[in-house]
Amino acid sequence: MMMNNSLKSLSKLSPGTVIHGKWHRNQYTIIKELGNGANGVVYLVRDSSRQVALKISDNPSSIISEVNVLKSFTKVQGSALGPSLFDVDDWETVGKQFSFYVMEFIKGPNLLTFIQQKGPEWLGVLLLQLLADLDVLHEKGWVFGDLKPENLLVNGPPIRVRCIDVGGTTIKGRAIKEFTEFYDRGYWGMGSRKADERYDLFAVAMVIINTAYPGRFNKTTGGISQLMGMVKQKPELNLYQSIIKNALSGNYQTAGEMRRDVLAALQPRKQKSDAGNQVKSRSQLHRNGAKRNVTKKKGGLFETALIILTLSFLYFFYIYVQIL
Amino acid sequence: MRTGTLKQILLITDGCSNQGEDPIAMATLAREQGVTINVIGVMEQDVIDDQGLKEIEGIALSGGGVSQVVYSQQLSQTVQMVTRKAMTQTLQGVVNKELQQILGGTKKMEDLPPEKRGEIMEVVDELGETVELDVLILVDTSASMTHKLPTVKEALLDLSLSLNARSGSNRFSVFAFPGKKVEVEKLLDWTPNLESLTTIFSKLSTGGITPTGPAIKEAISYFQQKKRSLRSMLSRDDEQFFEESI
Ligand SMILES: Nc1ncnc2c1ncn2[C@@H]1O[C@H](COP(=O)(O)OP(=O)(O)OP(=O)(O)O)[C@@H](O)[C@H]1O
Repeated sequence: MMMNNSLKSLSKLSPGTVIHGKWHRNQYTIIKELGNGANGVVYLVRDSSRQVALKISDNPSSIISEVNVLKSFTKVQGSALGPSLFDVDDWETVGKQFSFYVMEFIKGPNLLTFIQQKGPEWLGVLLLQLLADLDVLHEKGWVFGDLKPENLLVNGPPIRVRCIDVGGTTIKGRAIKEFTEFYDRGYWGMGSRKADERYDLFAVAMVIINTAYPGRFNKTTGGISQLMGMVKQKPELNLYQSIIKNALSGNYQTAGEMRRDVLAALQPRKQKSDAGNQVKSRSQLHRNGAKRNVTKKKGGLFETALIILTLSFLYFFYIYVQIL
Repeated sequence: MRTGTLKQILLITDGCSNQGEDPIAMATLAREQGVTINVIGVMEQDVIDDQGLKEIEGIALSGGGVSQVVYSQQLSQTVQMVTRKAMTQTLQGVVNKELQQILGGTKKMEDLPPEKRGEIMEVVDELGETVELDVLILVDTSASMTHKLPTVKEALLDLSLSLNARSGSNRFSVFAFPGKKVEVEKLLDWTPNLESLTTIFSKLSTGGITPTGPAIKEAISYFQQKKRSLRSMLSRDDEQFFEESI
C-alpha cells in the first residue's frame, strides 16, 4: 500500500535467498513472505535448526524501536506479550544495508479469521486472554497502540491469542506511535491519541465490533451514537453491548475491569436447575457487573458478597477448565 | 544536545509546478536554512504522471524530508506518518552529529553494533515526544485539487490531533497556492491547533496555476520572520534536559 522503493525491493526476496547477519554472523534462509506493512516486510525463514520469523526494513530506527519494546517484554517473566526476540542484525547486500530482527514464528490465523472458522463462542475466551495480557502490559507502563485483528494471531493448541507488531507500542503518557483508523479513538472523535489504558480498551471494543462487520465501516457522524447504532444492528453483539459501550466511552480504567465484565457476560444466564429467583439474581449480577465501575452504585452487602462469591467461583472454574 | 525547534514544511499537491522558480532548488534552499520539506502527492482515481512523481520525490530528497504518494482516502494516516517519520529522521540526524563528536569520524548509528543502538533510539524517541515543532502547511489549490480539499482539511485536523498528543508544543500555519491575487496566500497564522481551519477551507477559491517553487520560497521566509525570545529561552532549558538524558 504505502511503500517506498527500497521497501518494495525488500518484498521481492525470493524463497531460498540467504540473509547474512553482519554482526552476529547468523544465516537465515527465506521460506516465504508472511506479510508486509509500513515498517517492513516479515518473512518466514529457517535458521540452523528451526523456523522463525524475520522482520526486515530499510529503516534501522523502526527496527531498533521495535526491538527495544520486545526486549522490555522479555523481562516480563512468564508472559506471552509479543513474540520472543532471538536476534538483531544488519544485512549488507549490493551496496545497501538493511536492518532486521528475528523472532518467534507465531503460527496461526488472525483473530477474525479464527472466529470465522471456529465459531463466535471463541470470541469470549480470546478476549479474556487478550485482556489479561493487556493488563500486564499496562502494568509495565506500555500501551499496545496498534491493536487490530491483523496483529492478533491465534496460536495453538492450546489455543492462545498472541499480539504481534509492536510498532505502535508506546510508553504510557506519550503520543501513540502508530495506529489504524478504524480502531483509533481519535479517528472516531472520542478522545486523544495520548497513550493510556483506555486507548487500548477502545481498540478492543472495536475489534469486537469488527467481528460482526468484517469489512469494517466508515465514519459518518462518528462518536458514540454512530458506533452504538452499528452495534445495535447486529444481534450477535448483544452479549457484549454494555461492555462495548463502556470501553468506547472510556469507562474502564484497567483491562482487568473490562475482563471481569467479559467473564460475567460469558456466564450462562438460564439453567434448567436454577430456580426462577436465582436466574433473576444472575441476570442482575450480570447487569451490575457491567456497570460496577461506571456508576459506582452501592448495592446491598448481601448482593456484593454474592457477586464476589459467584465471580470467584466462576473464575476458579475457568482456570480449572484452562488447566484441563 | 542542540535541537531547538524542528521546522517542517508539509507540501500537499497533486502534480507538477508550472510557474516560477524550480521547486527543487527552493527545497535545497530550505534545507540549507534548517527547514525540512515533506511532500504528499494526492491521487484520486487518476495517477500522478512520471514528471509529477519525480518532482515530488525530488523536493523531499533535496529538502531533507519524506515523500509519499497516496489516494485521498488514505490521506489522514499518511500525513501523520510522514510528519512523524520526518521528525525522527531529523532528530536522528541531530543525534548522529552528536555521536560523531563523541566517537569521532563519520560514525552513524548504523555503524554501531545493534546492541548499542537501543539507548540511542530511546533518546530519539524521547526527543520526538518532547521537542517543539513548527509545521507550515502548503496546500496546492490549483483547479484539479478542488474536490480533494475537504479530505485535505480532515487530514490536517487529524494531524493536529496526533501531534497535540505529544508533550512538546506544536505550532501550525497554513498557506495556499495559488492565492487570490498573489502566488501564495496565508490562510492561518501560527497557532497550536488547527480547528479554525474548518471555516477557512470552505472559503477557499482555486486557481489555474501551480507556483510550487515560489510557494516554498515564501514559506521559508515566513519561518525566518518570526521572533520569539521567550520561546527560545524555554527551548534552551529543554536542551539542558536533553543533555542530561543522553
Ligand atoms: N512473529 C510472527 N509470526 C507470524 N507471522 C508474523 C509475525 N510477525 C508478523 N507476521 C505477519 O506479518 C504481517 C506484517 O507484520 P507487521 O504487522 O509486524 O508489519 P508492519 O510493517 O508493522 O505492518 P503494519 O503496517 O500493519 O503495522 C502480520 O500481519 C503477520 O501476518
